[in-house]
Amino acid sequence: MTFDQILFYVFSFWFIASSLAMIFSRNAAKAVLFLILSFFSAASIWILLEAEFLAITLILVYVGAVMVLFLFVIKMLNIDKSTLRAKFTGYLPLGLLVAAIIIVEMTLVLGGNQFGLDIVTAPARHAADYSNITVLAMQLYTVYVYPFELAAVLLLIAIIASITLVQRNELNRKKQSISEQVNVQAKDRVRLVSITTPSKEDK
Amino acid sequence: MMNTFQFDTASLLLALPEIFLLSAIVVVLLLDLFLTKRFKQVTYYLTQASLLITGVLSYNLIGHPETVIFSNSFVLDDMASVFKVFMMGFSMVAMVYSRHYLTQHSLFRGEYFILVLLSILGMMVMVSGYSLLTLYLGLEILSLSLYTLIAIARKRSGAIEAALKYFVLGAIASGLLLYGMSMIYGISGSLNISDISAFASDANLGARETLIINFGLVFLVIGIAFKLGAVPFHMWVPDVYQGSPTSVTMFISTVPKIAAVAMLVRILVDGLGAMHAYWADLFMVLAVLSIALGSVVALMQTNIKRMLAYSTISHVGFIMLGFVTGVVSGYGAAVFYVFVYILISLAAFGIIILLNKEGFEADQISDFKGLSKHSPWFALMMLAVMLSMAGVPPFIGFYSKFFILQQVISAGFITLAVVAVVFAVISAYYYLQIIKSMYFEDADKDITISAPMDIQLVLSINAILILVVGIFPDFWMKLALSLF
Repeated sequence: MTFDQILFYVFSFWFIASSLAMIFSRNAAKAVLFLILSFFSAASIWILLEAEFLAITLILVYVGAVMVLFLFVIKMLNIDKSTLRAKFTGYLPLGLLVAAIIIVEMTLVLGGNQFGLDIVTAPARHAADYSNITVLAMQLYTVYVYPFELAAVLLLIAIIASITLVQRNELNRKKQSISEQVNVQAKDRVRLVSITTPSKEDK
Repeated sequence: MMNTFQFDTASLLLALPEIFLLSAIVVVLLLDLFLTKRFKQVTYYLTQASLLITGVLSYNLIGHPETVIFSNSFVLDDMASVFKVFMMGFSMVAMVYSRHYLTQHSLFRGEYFILVLLSILGMMVMVSGYSLLTLYLGLEILSLSLYTLIAIARKRSGAIEAALKYFVLGAIASGLLLYGMSMIYGISGSLNISDISAFASDANLGARETLIINFGLVFLVIGIAFKLGAVPFHMWVPDVYQGSPTSVTMFISTVPKIAAVAMLVRILVDGLGAMHAYWADLFMVLAVLSIALGSVVALMQTNIKRMLAYSTISHVGFIMLGFVTGVVSGYGAAVFYVFVYILISLAAFGIIILLNKEGFEADQISDFKGLSKHSPWFALMMLAVMLSMAGVPPFIGFYSKFFILQQVISAGFITLAVVAVVFAVISAYYYLQIIKSMYFEDADKDITISAPMDIQLVLSINAILILVVGIFPDFWMKLALSLF
């Protein structure tokens, strides 16, 4: 076994183990931490494949930003885990059965018979001065410029959608009106009302 | 094949409709910010103007020889241009109907129109998509806008549920579609439709390649069937139709169907046409199940939006039957069916919206009771729409079903045609039920129509078109056939 292979197995093991741990952990905060580990392992596998830029982006964007946000949300929301788990165990036998069938079927199609090293040769290693980022950038801003622009439109939709859904109506919005505050008069603040005690007949 | 970089003004001109629409969206978005309440209608008129200009730009590109630009990711052919023109036309009609509904239910907001425009942009990208990547991105632009459009009516009971359901199931379907795409990419080595087509139609294709393509194909078909709402991937359709505001339901059930069919044509016909024997089998099962379930379950509905949802499912079955035939005339019949279905569906939802009043949501079949006495004209319109949906001549719905069945029979699937006809007859029951409550039952509540003139006028033209195109279907049929 070469050193590459050993590394691959180590990273893959942690990838799968942390993914499982994430699903089965009872504590949402712990699940996020396991998810970070699985992202990290996936990034390491990408580095083995010489896709450094993707690996670094995964760590910077997902681990650095998205997961931190996740942790914030989990800490702010009080998620009742018992109700979630009750459903989870109820569906577990059926889910396991379906998953097992899918795994068997997919292994038959995607296993070594179709994608073994003797059929699909391993990609050649690049030279030491090969820059992943340069190649990606060249492709992204020339050949894939149209999909790139479309992705920008998607982000625009995300912004519009999130603002639209969170924005309250004009009526509910509590904002200061400075001119009204300045112009306030004493009679606006205190209102004198004469109250008559209701007599018994009115009742 | 290595993608080469090409970028010049000539190719930008071919994408002019998309470029114009995106610029218009940005302008409307910024302008809407500065409009005071009194001038909010300006957003609506700008939306209609943008749609009109985009439609005219697309119309000018009809007849342009098939050209692939932007490094093989964008195709301009007659199918793309004609689809875009129809999309703009139908969207403009849908916007006229929507405005009445939005003002009645205080949902009139600038974002609504922006999101509709963005979803139309996504559909245009799908219609012109010539690589799996752009098709997928177009689909996501469309879907994300639609999810938000549903959720925009937050106070409405069911709207959030509908949006979440659509979002979760839509995300799963997108995932399946992507997985299928990755398999096709993995085996053919290209995202480009013409490369995939060349790979799949290679005579020396080995058993291994065929197996992997089929594996990807299954996921692609599931993803497309979900987006079309075919059984057994239809679970979201009734809930989403019922829970969404009626104007959004109308939009979801009409214009995006063109984009879904365009995606189907691009991936399965243009790309994997050589694998037709494999995907046609899947389509056959989906089509029969959709027609059967759509026709039978609709019988039990009392909510008209839910009923129309099941009716859509059975119409989708007919559209898929056209693709089972595997011949150009069959595909043409399917495209014709889509246009006809949208024309009828728009009129049906238009009349439902017409019955809406401030604070009153007309979405029960019983709301149609006695419509013939209060508004004989619109009762007549609804009669035409319902008979057309059931497939009664001389209305257009008859011809669309007729062309499909003709193609199915000439392709040799006689049993399929018989099953489709039997269920079409069953489905006539619930269309006739609405006619019965309009003409033979007395109203239990006040149903005076207070809609503005523009919606009444457009609705009348829409319904008259159902009859006129039904009497002269030749032109439309030839147009649909010329696209392939």
